[in-house]
This record gives sequence, structure tokens and C-alpha cells, in this order.
Amino acid sequence: MATERATRDILGATLIELGKADENIVVFDADLSSSTKMAEFAAVFPDRHFNAGIAEMNMAGMAAGMASMGKTAFISTFAIFGTGRAYEVVRDLVCYPNFNVKLAMTHAGLTVGEDGATHQSVEDIALMAALPNMKVFVPADAEEARQMVMAAAKIQGPVYIRLGRDKTEDIYTPETYTYSMKPDKLKDGADVAIFACGIMVARALSAAKDLEAEGISAAVVNCSTLKPFDEGFFARIAGSVKGIVTCEEHSIYGGLNSVVSQAAGKLSPLPIEAVAIGDTFGESGKPAELLEKYGLTASAIKEKARSVLLKAK
Amino acid sequence: MMDDLRQIAKQARIDILNQVYSAASGHLGGAFSSVEILVALYFSVMDIPSFEEADRDRFVLSKGHASSLLYSVLSQKGAFDRGELANFRRLGSILQGHPVYGKAPGIEMSTGSLGMGVSAATGIALAGKMDKKSYRVYTLLGDGEMQEGLVWEALMAISHFGLANMTVIIDNNGLQIDGPIQDVMNPYPIDEKLEAFGFHTQTVDGHDFGALIGSFDAAKVQTGKPSAIIAKTVKGKGVSFMEGNPGWHGKAPNEEEYEKALLELGGK
Repeated sequence: MATERATRDILGATLIELGKADENIVVFDADLSSSTKMAEFAAVFPDRHFNAGIAEMNMAGMAAGMASMGKTAFISTFAIFGTGRAYEVVRDLVCYPNFNVKLAMTHAGLTVGEDGATHQSVEDIALMAALPNMKVFVPADAEEARQMVMAAAKIQGPVYIRLGRDKTEDIYTPETYTYSMKPDKLKDGADVAIFACGIMVARALSAAKDLEAEGISAAVVNCSTLKPFDEGFFARIAGSVKGIVTCEEHSIYGGLNSVVSQAAGKLSPLPIEAVAIGDTFGESGKPAELLEKYGLTASAIKEKARSVLLKAK
Repeated sequence: MMDDLRQIAKQARIDILNQVYSAASGHLGGAFSSVEILVALYFSVMDIPSFEEADRDRFVLSKGHASSLLYSVLSQKGAFDRGELANFRRLGSILQGHPVYGKAPGIEMSTGSLGMGVSAATGIALAGKMDKKSYRVYTLLGDGEMQEGLVWEALMAISHFGLANMTVIIDNNGLQIDGPIQDVMNPYPIDEKLEAFGFHTQTVDGHDFGALIGSFDAAKVQTGKPSAIIAKTVKGKGVSFMEGNPGWHGKAPNEEEYEKALLELGGK
């Protein structure tokens, strides 16, 4: 049985590691430091942790001011508040001046679960990807999340790291993987290429395994860097298959499907099917129930793989 | 000293008028009302040996639409060539419609969307307190800007973090685009609200250099709590037909109005 961790679980420990190496690392929270795991950082570096209270706009604004003084500021809260409530502050005070403010946002997507639609950000990638200077990282597992946080601290300018509340299967180990802002091909395949991000990567791997048994050869690519998106990598994969499926725990508008379709419009004539959240809000429920109801499952991926191949010439 | 400040202020008003007339767009009323505040800060109050000095005092223009005033003052302070003022609001200019961090020397933060400047300034002051730096942080807000929720988030944080190195100035000219501030959405009593938020609060004549400098000096010696200065001003100050008229918030004068205003300001 594979081990499981939530991508948010690594946040506090990773920031402590960064904080030990660089005294310019500061962390901001908005009353959710126990949920975001940044409370672990606060316990070790109380003088470099600031709780903005339930005031996400001001958290982003203060972080921008800190960054203008040479600090690298990580800000953290639930993704919906950090990217939604604080959107224009992130735009004008963080992205426009290209400051070192890193948005490490947790509880993204439907898998927040029981809290319901007000707390489920399913459009955050669209918001962040549209901002100039912003990079968008969506880790497939806790190890990739850890490496992304480490990478974000070294990058000049803002980064959005989309983290989840719910446990997801471990895919990578520190020994076998080095994150380099590139897509990672996890499995070869000649018929269909499944491009996935976040918790859908593990489901894509599971679907691909089942598809082999049906005689469908499916490649699986972890597209964890949505921006900048490596279109050359995409084109090479697309050139070796007959159809494409995208999978994401995000709205069909402005997420991975949009990024892939945009690249495909220039570089590939292949049919594309999407596993994504439709034009709808979520609701309360257990994470697994929500993924089932909103069609974010391995069986949905298999269905789309079959249907995309029917469309393929 | 006061004569020098008055001369700089006179030049600032002429610069504001020329920039907005030349660009055929911009904000005159709220730039004119803040002139003495910025001139006092940059030429008497703030310690800025150079704009590269790491520990220089910081000013953030939260009411970013008064950009033409900031640009005049920065250029008179020698931050950049005064010839740049002719490019105000033009394509490719370092002097954008609202101030942009990194575009021109001396601009400490990108502002223009109201409420944001004071929030970013809070972060600058917090960094100074954390690193035990000596620099002070000043930020100027419009009184209409007090309607933005983010302002109150920031004010709460300034007080919570005990940022005694920070002075918040409110340009209380009483007017916003749609009319008197108390008619549009009443922010009064601003002084009592600031006091309740934990600020050492002073109300002064915002066109009187002596009163302004005295209040900034009083703010500097506050320990443990931040300071707020409510500067009573006249929107459009210096040009008779613009004074107290909200219509001059964000429009450029025509040639006749320009000539008349320039004459009143002593620019010809």
C-alpha cells in the first residue's frame, strides 16, 4: 500500500529549513496557521512569523512591503481567500512590481470537503495564471510540493503554489525526483497522452494501468508547472500519440485544459478531452464523494481516454 | 527655511498644472491639496541622504492619483531629471499615470488602487521594526480613501504591531469624485476612529508648514504607538476656480483655464 500525505503537510517543515538557511525568509498567515502548517514555522521563528488576522488583502500588502525591503515573504491561507479575496492586491502590489512574495495556498479544490463551495477554490489557477510575472505550480504529491517550495524561494518574483487539504498518494521520493519547472513523464504510452496536475496525477496513473489491460497504451505526464508551460515538451508528447486527455481538480475554464488547448492550438491537431469541474460550484461532502460526483475519478479518465481515441483519425 | 519651502511648493503647483495640461489628463484637485504635506516631508521632515541609501526614510503615496505632485517633488529633490515631467502619462514614460515601483527613482511602491499603499507601507515599517532599523515610514491617504476596507485592515495591523516608526497622514480635503465625502459615504469622525484604533492623532492645517512640521516632530517622539495626522486642506488649493470644486478631481484644464490657473500660481 502506497503511503499518503497531503501536499500542505510539508509546508511548515520546509519553511523551517528555508528559514534556517536564509534569515530574510518571513512568513505571513491569516488566522489559519494551524491548517496551513505554518504554525510549525512560527514556533521556531516567532520573530519572523506575522499573523495578519482574518485580513487577506492586508496580508498580501504587508508581504509586498516586506519584499520591497529585501525579504522573501511566504503568505499562506486557504486558496480561495489568498487568491480570491486578495486578488487585486496580489496583482498590483505583488505581481506588478515583481516582488518576492510566494503564495503557498492550501485547501485548494473540491477536496476541502465538508466546508462546501465557499471554501472550495476551483478557479484559483485561472486567476493566478492570468497575472503577469506570476508562476503557477500545482504539485502532484507532498515531495513535489516540498521541492516546489524550495524552488520558489530561489526564484525572483511571485509564485503561486497550490496545495491541498486531503491526503494524496506519494508518487515521488527525494532520491528519484528533482523538480525543475518542467513537465514530468511518469509513464510511456502510444495511444493517448494523459496530462494531469495535482491530486489527479495519481488517478491518471491508476487509470493508465487499467487502460493497458484493455489494450490502450496511455502515457501519463505530470504537468505540475502550469505557468510557464513547456509547450515544446507538450508538442513532443503530442507527436507520439493519437489523442489527449487533461485532468485537473479545477474549473474547465482557465486551468490545465486551457493551457494544454492553447498549446495544442498552435502545435497539435489531436482531439482533446477534459476531466475537470464544469461550470458549477462545489458543495459539502467527503472529498471522495465530491470527486465521484463531479467526475474527477480514474474511471472518468478511462472513459475520456476511450472517447478521445474514437475521435482520433 | 519657510521661504524655501514656499518656493518649492509654488514650483510644485506649477509643475502639477503643466503636467496635467500637457498630458491632457490627470488629477489636479487632490494633488494641489497635498502640496504642503509632501514638500514638508521631503524638504524638512524625512531623512533621505539619497534614494539609494538603504536606511532612508520611506514615503508611500497611498492616494496614488496625486502622482503629478510626487513627481514634481521627487524631481525637485533630484531623484530624476526635471525634463521627465514633460513625459507625464505618455507612452513609455517612467512617470506613469499612477506611481510605479522601479520605474523612476524615489518611487517606493506601486499605488493607484486605493487602500493598497497604506497596507504596503505597513509591511515596510514592519520590516524596519523587525530589523531594528532607524528609518521612518510615511504614507499619505485621501479622506475618501478611508472608505476602502483595506485601509482599516492596515490601520488595525499598524497599531497591533506597535509600529511607532510609522506616520499615517490623511489629506482631509473633504471632497471625492461624487461630492462631499460625508454625503457619498461618511468616514467621519476620522480623528476619533484613528484614536480608537490606537493612533496618536493630531489635526492640523495642511497648508501651514509650521503646523505640519510641528506635528511630524511630535509624531517622531511617540514611543510604542503609531501616529496619525489629519491634515485639513482645500481641494484644488492655489487656483481660485478649482478650490472646493469636486469637478476638478480628475480632469484637465482647457487652454483658457490653464492660462488663468498659471497666472494665479505665479507661473507667468
